[in-house]
Amino acid sequence: MCTLEQRGRVFVLTLTGDGEHRLGHPLIASLRSAVASVAAAAASAGPGTALVTVAEGRFFSNGLDIGWAGTSRPRLQELVDALRPLAADLLALPMPTVAAVTGHASAGGFLLALCHDYRVMRADRGVLYMSEIDIGLPLPPYFVAMFRAKITAANALRDVLLRGRKLRAAEAKEMGIVDAVCPGPAETAAEAIKLAEQLAARKWDGGVYASIRMSIFPEACKSVGIVEESDEEKRKHFASRL
Amino acid sequence: MATGDLCTVERRGRVHLITLTGAGEHRLNPALLSAIRSAVAASAGAGALVLAAEGKYFSNGFDQAWARTVPLHLQAAMGDAFCGLVADLLALPMPTVAAVTGHAVAAGCVLALAHDTVVMRGSRGFLYMSEVDAGIRIIDFFADVFREVVPDAVNRRDLLLRGDRMAAAEAVRRGLVDATVDGGVEDVVNAAVAEAEKLAARGWNGEVVAEIRKAAWPNLWSKVKDYGADAPVVTRPRL
Repeated sequence: MCTLEQRGRVFVLTLTGDGEHRLGHPLIASLRSAVASVAAAAASAGPGTALVTVAEGRFFSNGLDIGWAGTSRPRLQELVDALRPLAADLLALPMPTVAAVTGHASAGGFLLALCHDYRVMRADRGVLYMSEIDIGLPLPPYFVAMFRAKITAANALRDVLLRGRKLRAAEAKEMGIVDAVCPGPAETAAEAIKLAEQLAARKWDGGVYASIRMSIFPEACKSVGIVEESDEEKRKHFASRL
Repeated sequence: MATGDLCTVERRGRVHLITLTGAGEHRLNPALLSAIRSAVAASAGAGALVLAAEGKYFSNGFDQAWARTVPLHLQAAMGDAFCGLVADLLALPMPTVAAVTGHAVAAGCVLALAHDTVVMRGSRGFLYMSEVDAGIRIIDFFADVFREVVPDAVNRRDLLLRGDRMAAAEAVRRGLVDATVDGGVEDVVNAAVAEAEKLAARGWNGEVVAEIRKAAWPNLWSKVKDYGADAPVVTRPRL
């Protein structure tokens, strides 16, 4: 379902196989386990690590496993509830994160890409797409919070959520949703790893990095269930750094 | 009226110009913050305010060297005084212009962005939120300023999470500052004063300017209003 490897200072999490990488219980659990390993490894590795999430095949992820959910509302809600802590794990991860969008990223898959600090995307194929409006599904509150937090360019949020616009990489870059565009999947993965290496080389303190990320996107973090650090706690850290 | 040798105040036409003096870093410690706040208070009757600085720096942020030498509660007082300065600027009954004549770092960057209009020296100087590189967490107040004043998520990420040093051209491109100015410190000051004079010439009702500004940045105002000069003198909440 997914593999994790370490290349120098960069952890590479790969969604394996040619399928749609549908976010059902098995894949979500694997991803959570992998992300937890990354966080643990970071603690012993010290400052200066980064994560890249990449996928094999034509899809980054085509979203929640609605095939498994079928017509069952409770099942669909289960998957929505299961994805939320993965989003929290990524938002709280004590290192920079880069999504290598090597294929279609739809609905929950688009959310997964947005949970990363940076996005690199292939130009030749693949779209970012919030399909919910087209298939008649309401958006879970934490999805909305995440999109509102990260997509702030004029009309971008409306186009993505309310018009179900399918974004190729170049358009996504113009809208501030993607940071770099590469010709194909291999270049995308390579560029994502290179970016991650540059970010890791800054040797940022992981705890501070995660804290700053959370202070930039407090509503999104709260909506996925992360408890905000108080200013008292931050002040203690500040004093100890002087 | 000069407020010690930390900053000078002069009137140029309708513009109240405050200049942080000297070639140093204009570190925001209680003494400088107090001087700036007095200078801001002395703007009564003017049509617009400009804050500028001499030397290589607009401001290099809080005075951490000083903070190392004093107990925690006095360090907190420095943060409170900064909060008070931002409150005073938000409540000021006239348009405000920051003349970013040099590097604006951390609290110095926040101070610049807390003005209505920002002009920046083209050839030297950058905006830089140094916290991520220095391993310092961003306190809620700074995060609040950025969320209101820098609504673009990519800009916030690049400044706060990547510690980008942004020179004027890039800052203008990203919509963080309003204009770049070629030349030296004096040219930037003159451009800022000219812009301030244009704003003063609009003849806006000062109270209305203040009310609209506070309404435009409501979250920030609600966080700082108890620290301002006009706030009732009761026990201040912890920042």
